[in-house]
Amino acid sequence: MRALALALLLVAPLAQAGEIPAAERRSDTVTMSAELRAMQADDMANPASFWALDGQTLWDAKAGTSGKSCADCHGDAQASMKGVAARYPAFDGATGRVLDLEARINQCRTDRQGAPPLAMESRELLDLTTYVGLQSRGAPISSSDPRLAPAIETGRQLFSARQGQLNLSCAICHDDNWGRKLGGATVPQAHPTGYPIYRLEWQSVGSLQRRLRNCMVGMRAEPYPFGSDAYIALEAFLMFRAKGLPMETPAVRP
Amino acid sequence: MGRLAIAWAAWILAISGAGAQEDAIPTSLTGAPGDAARGRAIVANRQVGLCLLCHNGPFPEERFQGDLAPDLTGVGARYTEGQLRLRIVDPARINPQTIMPAYGRTEGLNRVIGAFAGKPILNAEQIEDVVAYLTSLRAEKTP
Ligand code: HEC
Ligand code: HEC
Repeated sequence: MRALALALLLVAPLAQAGEIPAAERRSDTVTMSAELRAMQADDMANPASFWALDGQTLWDAKAGTSGKSCADCHGDAQASMKGVAARYPAFDGATGRVLDLEARINQCRTDRQGAPPLAMESRELLDLTTYVGLQSRGAPISSSDPRLAPAIETGRQLFSARQGQLNLSCAICHDDNWGRKLGGATVPQAHPTGYPIYRLEWQSVGSLQRRLRNCMVGMRAEPYPFGSDAYIALEAFLMFRAKGLPMETPAVRP
Repeated sequence: MGRLAIAWAAWILAISGAGAQEDAIPTSLTGAPGDAARGRAIVANRQVGLCLLCHNGPFPEERFQGDLAPDLTGVGARYTEGQLRLRIVDPARINPQTIMPAYGRTEGLNRVIGAFAGKPILNAEQIEDVVAYLTSLRAEKTP
C-alpha cells in the first residue's frame, strides 16, 4: 500500500511545470560567450565548416550499386535542400515511419543508391547531415504535417517523464529551470535549431541524438540505442516545441 | 545482534518509512555518527554527491555552484539532524514534486543506467557523513 501511494506521488504532475511562453522562446546561441557566438557566425572560424565541405564532396560522389550520387537525383543542394532540415523529422509515406534527417539519408543510400547505411555518428553521416542542414540556415522551423502528431505526443511524454537514478526529467531542466546554473553550465531551453553542432567538449561535430544521449547519461538514465524511435520521437517533439525559431546549423556549443 | 545487523535493520526502517516521524529520520542509518570532514568532500564532489550542481553553499574554493536549489549556508541551524537525514534519504516524502534526488531510495525509479541500477546514489555511511557535515553548518551568511 505504502509503495503504491509512493508510486502515485511520484507520477503526480509537477506543480510548477510549464511550457516556455512563445515570447521568451529563443535559441541558446544568445546565452553563449561573445567569442563562441563569433565563431559560430563566421564560416571561416566555425570548425563545422570542414564537415560541411566534406559533405558537399560526398553529395557529388557516386556510391553503391546504382553508381549514383545524391546530386544525380537531387541536383544542386543549395536549391533542392533549402528548408528541408527545418521540417525534419518527417513522416515517410512509403514506410509509415517517422524519419529524422540521418535516417532519411540512410534510406536514400540503401534504397536508391544501393549502398550500405552509414553508422550513426560516423564522419560521413555527420558530413552529409551538416551539409544538408546548412541549406536551411535562417529558415524557420516549420514541421506542420499532421501525421507527425503521434510521434510528437510520444516525444512529449518522454520529455516529461522522470528517469534515471537522479529521477529528473527533461522538462524539469529545460522547461522549469532554463537560464539557471547547473554547476557551471547555464541550463539552455534545449531547442534543436543548430544540429549537427560543433561542441568544444567533443572536439567534433555531433548529432542531436548524441546530445540527447549526453543528457540521459547525466541523469544516470539508460540511453536509447542510436537511431531508435524514442530518439526520433524526442527530436520530433523538440522541433514542434521550437516551431518558428530559425535554423542555425551548424551551431557551436561549449 | 551484531553491529552490521543493527545497521541493516536501521537502514531498512529508514527507507521503508517506518522509522520516519513525519518530518525526520531521528536515528543514524549506520548506528554510528558520521564524519563531517568526509561529508564535506562528498557534498563538494560533482561525481559523488552532485549537490553543488543544484545548490550553492559555503565552498569558497568551488567556482561553479548551481542555483536550482536553496543555499546550504546555515542549513544546520534551520533543521535538526533527523530532519536533514530525511531530506537526503528521500526528500520527496516532504515535497512529492521536489526535483532533489532521493539519495537513499532505489524504488520507484525508471531506466536507471546499468552501472547504477539497484543502487542508491549514496550508501548509508556516506549519507551519515553528509548529515554530520550539514548539521555543522550553523553560521548564517555574513552580509
Ligand atoms: C539536470 C539537468 C538536465 C536534464 C535532466 C536534461 N538536460 Fe538537456 N541540457 C542540460 C544542460 C546543462 C545543457 C547544456 C550543455 C551542457 O553544458 O551539458 C543541456 C543541453 C541540451 C540540449 C542542447 C541545447 C542547445 O542549445 O544546443 C538539448 C537539445 C537537450 N539538452 C535536451 C534534453 C532532453 C531531451 C532531455 C531528456 C532526455 C534533457 N535534455 C535532460 C541539462 C539537462
Ligand atoms: C537536482 C537538484 C538537487 C540536487 C542534486 C541536490 N538537491 Fe538538495 N534540494 C534541491 C531543491 C530544489 C531543494 C528545495 C526543497 C525542495 O524542492 O524539496 C533542496 C533542498 C535541500 C535541503 C533543505 C534546504 C532548505 O533550506 O530547505 C538540504 C539540506 C539539501 N537539499 C541538501 C542537499 C545535499 C547535501 C545534496 C547532495 C548530497 C543535495 N541537496 C542535492 C535540489 C537538489
